[in-house]
Amino acid sequence: MFSYNFHWNQAFKALPQMLEGALVTLQIALLSMAIGLAVALALTLFRLSGNRILNGFATAWVEVARNTPALFQIYMAHFGLGNFGIHLSPYTALLVGIAFNNAGYLAENFRGALKAIPDTQTRAGRSLGMTPLQAFRYIVMPQMLRIAFLPATNQMVWAILMTSLGVTVGMNTDLAGVTQALNAVSFRTFEFFALAAVIYYVIAKAVTLAARLAATRMFRY
Amino acid sequence: MFDTALTLADLGFLAKGAAMTLAVTAVSVLAGTVLGVVFGVIRNQAGPYWSMPITFLLDIFRSVPLLIQLVLGNALQSILKLGWAPFTTSCVVLSLYTAAYCTEIVRGGISAVPATTRRAARSLGMTWWQDMRYIVAPLATRVSLPAWIGLTLGVMKDSALVLWLGLIELLRASQILVTRLQEPLFILLICGAIYFIISFPIARLGGYLERRWSND
Amino acid sequence: MIEIENVRKSFGSLEVLKGINLTVQKGEVLTIIGGSGSGKSTLLTCINGLETIDGGRIVVDGTDVHAKATDLNKLRRKLGIVFQQFNAFPHLTVLENVMLAPVKVLGQSKAEAEAMAVKQLTHVGLGDKLKVYPNRMSGGQQQRMAIARALAMSPAYMLFDEVTSALDPQLVGEVLDTLRMLASEGMTMICVTHEMKFAREVSDRVAFFHKGVMAEIAPPEQLFGAPKDADLQTFLAATH
Repeated sequence: MFSYNFHWNQAFKALPQMLEGALVTLQIALLSMAIGLAVALALTLFRLSGNRILNGFATAWVEVARNTPALFQIYMAHFGLGNFGIHLSPYTALLVGIAFNNAGYLAENFRGALKAIPDTQTRAGRSLGMTPLQAFRYIVMPQMLRIAFLPATNQMVWAILMTSLGVTVGMNTDLAGVTQALNAVSFRTFEFFALAAVIYYVIAKAVTLAARLAATRMFRY
Repeated sequence: MFDTALTLADLGFLAKGAAMTLAVTAVSVLAGTVLGVVFGVIRNQAGPYWSMPITFLLDIFRSVPLLIQLVLGNALQSILKLGWAPFTTSCVVLSLYTAAYCTEIVRGGISAVPATTRRAARSLGMTWWQDMRYIVAPLATRVSLPAWIGLTLGVMKDSALVLWLGLIELLRASQILVTRLQEPLFILLICGAIYFIISFPIARLGGYLERRWSND
Repeated sequence: MIEIENVRKSFGSLEVLKGINLTVQKGEVLTIIGGSGSGKSTLLTCINGLETIDGGRIVVDGTDVHAKATDLNKLRRKLGIVFQQFNAFPHLTVLENVMLAPVKVLGQSKAEAEAMAVKQLTHVGLGDKLKVYPNRMSGGQQQRMAIARALAMSPAYMLFDEVTSALDPQLVGEVLDTLRMLASEGMTMICVTHEMKFAREVSDRVAFFHKGVMAEIAPPEQLFGAPKDADLQTFLAATH
């Protein structure tokens, strides 16, 4: 039917290399999520602080993260910061770009989750002599994280998919980067990228499954 | 304020890039929505068991990076000797990508219509088609619209990736100017501002509709 | 001793407390009755500083609640409060609910706090529910847990804000029994309530609030037996 001959063997031989790339992909995704979560918590506190400057800063972060392409955010980290004499490696730029994006989306998830927690919870905590920060830390935050867990899992899958954008700024150690490098010398584009697609799919599904299992163990109420 | 070598012609170049972004988005969202409605209705009619093949296939588009999908789509069209231009390939891949998300939105919208309402419609002697057309469609559209707006904006932002196939859309146009003028921050800020100006008001509208319609 | 002197409080243009004067002695059980919107619940949240006041002052054991220098978090340790909504912390077990504040606020050790929590929970009849999450319990059980949670801070005063109003009728009794028990043990209590029978039984004094004013205050037999205030007479006639 087609005159094209598939060379799957060549792709399978490169599998170990690609799996190593997959580990880098997973590493960047996990790191970017950890940073993103920490920053999102800070942004949430900024929004709750009642301070107009902190609130404005947090809102600006969230809106820029949500209303510009992730690839643009990575470009900003890689090319844009050059104006300030900051030259990030592709790895760092990718990590910074994705973490920025994660933080914005997670902060928005947290905001939605907070709406579902009645004010009376904070009042009850304050009545027991807790400071506002204690009431947030021990009463509101755990409930917020539980409500936001599923959206955060989706964001983790997004983070994995976003790592593939690194290849556009010269990243060559993650799954997409390794695949592109292999492609550049062999020109078996379809075979290599199809295999990469399968690996991405498996990682995404595994992460989703792991998160579900973790949720049933962590949230018993 | 800024000492820049950016000329009016360069701004025109950026505008052309933005037009390309919007064109790719419009075609993909349109085609993707049509497909999404069809798949969504099928998924709803067939039930979770029989629609498994569609569910699985569409899920792939949501679990594999779009960049990889674009590369694969382009490789496939060249293997099949379809001779598609990058614009066509980009739109086809993005349409399927949109359809994958849109199917879920449509399915959710339809299942949000209470079964009792639909039974009432059928009890009045309406056919399946009339029930769909006059009862389900208006109610489901209302439920789905905020998510659909979000999807459209998502596709607009994700369409930046078609630069990998050589299309000069907004981000690629900015990158070309950055390389030529060596003013990365300034040009990227303009580029980001354009994305933001397109996206932000529409996102706010979506949020407004969601709040307004969830209150009653 | 809780001294309330000429306290005024407005929400916007609505004045909900129009100069309340009231003193609650150590060991006293005071109940406050009155229609909705009479300001009785607001007064409780003013006493523990959850609400600010617009005039007058509230002094608890010599500390002016609303003075700038007052450490409210510290003051609230001696003022236990239980609300109409149970406010169980849904992510914590019953035991953890009660232990949280003693550990984080009082700095007690886990063992110390646990011993106290078990004691208080047993006291309110929840000794067999320690490892249960609140959403597995009835409203009455959740409310008793909230009482144990407040008691675990070893407060000097307990404020009860319509604690049975959100309960199904058949669950009211168990919570009132808990309050009766506390009263008989000599706890100083201010109870805002709609339960007239309960107010008559446990109170040393009953106060009737009407439209932001304390219209009458007297021992229960006098207030219920020979009400002087016209609004009180109407109110009592309507509730019987």
